[in-house]
Amino acid sequence: MKTLSITLLLLVFSFGLAAEESVELQQANFDPEDRASILKGAKTFVKYCLGCHSIKHIRYQRIAKDFGIDDKKVLTEVAPEGASIYDQMHTAMNPHDSAKWFGIEPPDLSLIARSRNGDWLYSYLKSFYTDPSKPLGANNLIFKDVGMPNVFWQVQGEQIAEFITEDGKQVFDKLVLVSPGSLSEQEFDTMINDLVNFLVYVGEPVKLERERIGKYVLFYLFMFLIIAYLLKKEYWTDVH
Amino acid sequence: MKVNRLTLCGNWILDRFPLTKLWNDHMAHYYAPKNFNFWYFFGSLALLVLVNQFLTGILLTMNYKPDAKLAFDSVEYIMRDVNWGWLIRYMHSTGASAFFIVIYLHMFRGLIYGSYKQPRELIWIFGMLIFLCLMAEAFMGYLLPWGQMSYWGAQVIISLFSAIPFIGDDLSLWIRGDYVVADATLNRFFAFHVISVPLVLVLLIFLHIVALHEVGSNNPDGVEIKKYKDKNGIPLDGIPFHPYYTVKDIVGVAVFLIFFATVIFYIPEMGGFFLEADNFIPADPLKTPEHIAPLWYFTPFYAILRAVPDKFAGVIAMFGSIAVLFVLPWLDRSPVKSIRYRGAIFKKALFFFVISFFALGYLGTQPATPTLTIFARIFTLIYFGFFLLMPIYTRWEKPKPVPSRLKDPLTLESIVPSIKAAYEEMTIKDNNGIVLFGSTEFQRKPNPEGIRNVLLRLAKKIITSFE
Amino acid sequence: MNTEGVDESKRQFLTSALTVVGSIGTGYLAVPFLSQMQPSVKAMAGGAPVEVDLSKLESGQLLRVAWRGKPVWIVNRTPTVLETLKTMDSVLSDPNSNDSIQPEYSKNPYRSIKPEIFVAIGLCTHLGCSPTFRPEIAPHDLGPDWKGGFFCPCHGSRFDYAGRVYSGVPAPTNLEIPPHYYINDNLLLIGETGNGGAA
Repeated sequence: MKTLSITLLLLVFSFGLAAEESVELQQANFDPEDRASILKGAKTFVKYCLGCHSIKHIRYQRIAKDFGIDDKKVLTEVAPEGASIYDQMHTAMNPHDSAKWFGIEPPDLSLIARSRNGDWLYSYLKSFYTDPSKPLGANNLIFKDVGMPNVFWQVQGEQIAEFITEDGKQVFDKLVLVSPGSLSEQEFDTMINDLVNFLVYVGEPVKLERERIGKYVLFYLFMFLIIAYLLKKEYWTDVH
Repeated sequence: MKVNRLTLCGNWILDRFPLTKLWNDHMAHYYAPKNFNFWYFFGSLALLVLVNQFLTGILLTMNYKPDAKLAFDSVEYIMRDVNWGWLIRYMHSTGASAFFIVIYLHMFRGLIYGSYKQPRELIWIFGMLIFLCLMAEAFMGYLLPWGQMSYWGAQVIISLFSAIPFIGDDLSLWIRGDYVVADATLNRFFAFHVISVPLVLVLLIFLHIVALHEVGSNNPDGVEIKKYKDKNGIPLDGIPFHPYYTVKDIVGVAVFLIFFATVIFYIPEMGGFFLEADNFIPADPLKTPEHIAPLWYFTPFYAILRAVPDKFAGVIAMFGSIAVLFVLPWLDRSPVKSIRYRGAIFKKALFFFVISFFALGYLGTQPATPTLTIFARIFTLIYFGFFLLMPIYTRWEKPKPVPSRLKDPLTLESIVPSIKAAYEEMTIKDNNGIVLFGSTEFQRKPNPEGIRNVLLRLAKKIITSFE
Repeated sequence: MNTEGVDESKRQFLTSALTVVGSIGTGYLAVPFLSQMQPSVKAMAGGAPVEVDLSKLESGQLLRVAWRGKPVWIVNRTPTVLETLKTMDSVLSDPNSNDSIQPEYSKNPYRSIKPEIFVAIGLCTHLGCSPTFRPEIAPHDLGPDWKGGFFCPCHGSRFDYAGRVYSGVPAPTNLEIPPHYYINDNLLLIGETGNGGAA
């Protein structure tokens, strides 16, 4: 009886170890309270990503409101020319064209940080490498055969993947920067980190507010619990 | 005393409506056993969650669009553009999971204290119908956000019906209203989720409570309190539901709301258990996610479905695992209700049942690899074994003598010293620790040896309780 | 059960305390529940100020634009019409717009910034129908006294060319004038006053 139940328990716990990860993700270092980083990320997004990807569930007005910035400043510094404050961040690209060029319509990225996670995005954006066999000239370590070109190659520089042979199979070894880009490695990491920080914010803009309100709600509920408990104790003196 | 208009108005109503009688019958003069414990909070909590789901659900329908083209975006519209929409949506999504947590605990209470046994069989059956309804409600509600998991989950579950011989294909086509899950399916699920099923649910809950108040509540001792009454016909071990259990349930509500609010405000996704990551991708009929798992409350049954190698037999097993609960009152042949006085066999069986339920729940979230499928089969056998062998093993068991009156329940105050002793054993004094509310009581750090001792004693206690 | 020696006042106090605290909590919960029915950000986006180009608006013509989903009329009034407006006072219920809604800069006999350009919300102040534009003089259905203006088909309210209501009709006040200003000679902005303050 005893051994059987212990075996059963062990089995249950050992399932958790069965899951495996092929390439280890890099840890991004984002901070939802770092406004400067999120705003820089927003600018990076408009510059490099908005050409193809929408984030249609966020409005410029929301960014202005959440970060306490003047509407006009958001329009001049973040938004592309001609946008108005209530506009949602739509790409200018026609989805039909993009489907023709990349074989797939670039997805809307409003919720990408919720369906993937921040670390995944950070690792993914840093893991493009040159692969002449692909139609777009690049492949990705995290998302194999992705239909997206490396939009950062000018700032990041050219990266190639090195493979080693292990047991007769090609196994990935490491990514090597062969020609430097306009940014140093550290500057590039910061830029990607800011961008991911922005995408995490876009995934759930209300996050900071809900955590702030949560404190008051829990404080109130504890007060309520104390009074309710005293009342219960008072009435139950009749029973005990 | 001057008779004021309000009293007159009140009397006018009372002359025409049995408000006082209803209040007395079901609250002030409804006598409940005095020894309810922690497990008895979940009935009233289920009602609370129901009210939460109704209120937030109605508010959500005001901005939600049951249209395949608009549904996903309208949910994000609620999350971002509607004032406080995020709060209402999280209350509803967390409420759905909370409903199942509360209901599972409520059912487990019935299982350990024999609340399904004579004369409460009908209450149990109404309860099981409520459970079925709730599963239908949750399943159809989960399609509405129209994410990848909503879509493919619905596709898989509706396809189950096609396993039924002869009519299966036509039946699943009829349910969907299209050749795949589509706009028509979404629209009709919305109608069922918002109107039909809630109406049935409310009716069943009404019947469940009426039946309960007819025979009276069971209790942790499994003793009928109506056997011993005083000269006024009031059970000696009964106390009026109001005020004693109303004030007690309010404490339960406060504790529940603390957990509920913590999830809503800090972990609304609950690590993918309450809101799955893949459901933040809009439904795409051309691309199945790599790994489909239903929400956690369906995973035990989903694991049973996958454990059976034949499609139709799998569907039968899955529905059978719920159907078998309906006949539970007739499977259990023990003369004793409460686990406190039952023999060791039942306790062991229940222990294995709980393990297998959790294990199946876990397996249902994982991809079906050959090894895991073998485990799922073992646990499925245990699950069914618990119920189907019950008529045999409950006859063998040797129950302990049942007292004629209720034993005095443990109070929170009486447990505090033992909790404090365990805390002191598991920690050692640490002068560098934090001072909480000016008290040095918490200025301690964990003591591995003490923790090990406490856990060992706990395990021993559990094991000896089986002997 | 033992109900002797119960401290009733303590029970009463705790019950009241819990009721008060519970009501406060319910009150706070009611705020999000009720305010979710307020206009959302999407509705506010639809309520943003509207720019109108007046360069193609000919004399005597009416232009309709939507602001916050409501019809806004822009009428280019002819000099004859402006002359007629001065003679209407006797048949009007509020000729000086004392009881009507308009920005301060439109509270004048023409109810406009520029005399010839009339801007108004095209909804009857009675029950919200949109009146029809009836520029013709004395048509047979409106009678010989009709000098041109707006007529509400729902309940028969009449307004003159400055949106002022006739006396003896159901509508209580003159047509509402929205905040507006001229960015330049030909460009009108509806929804904001000149100093940048939102409506």
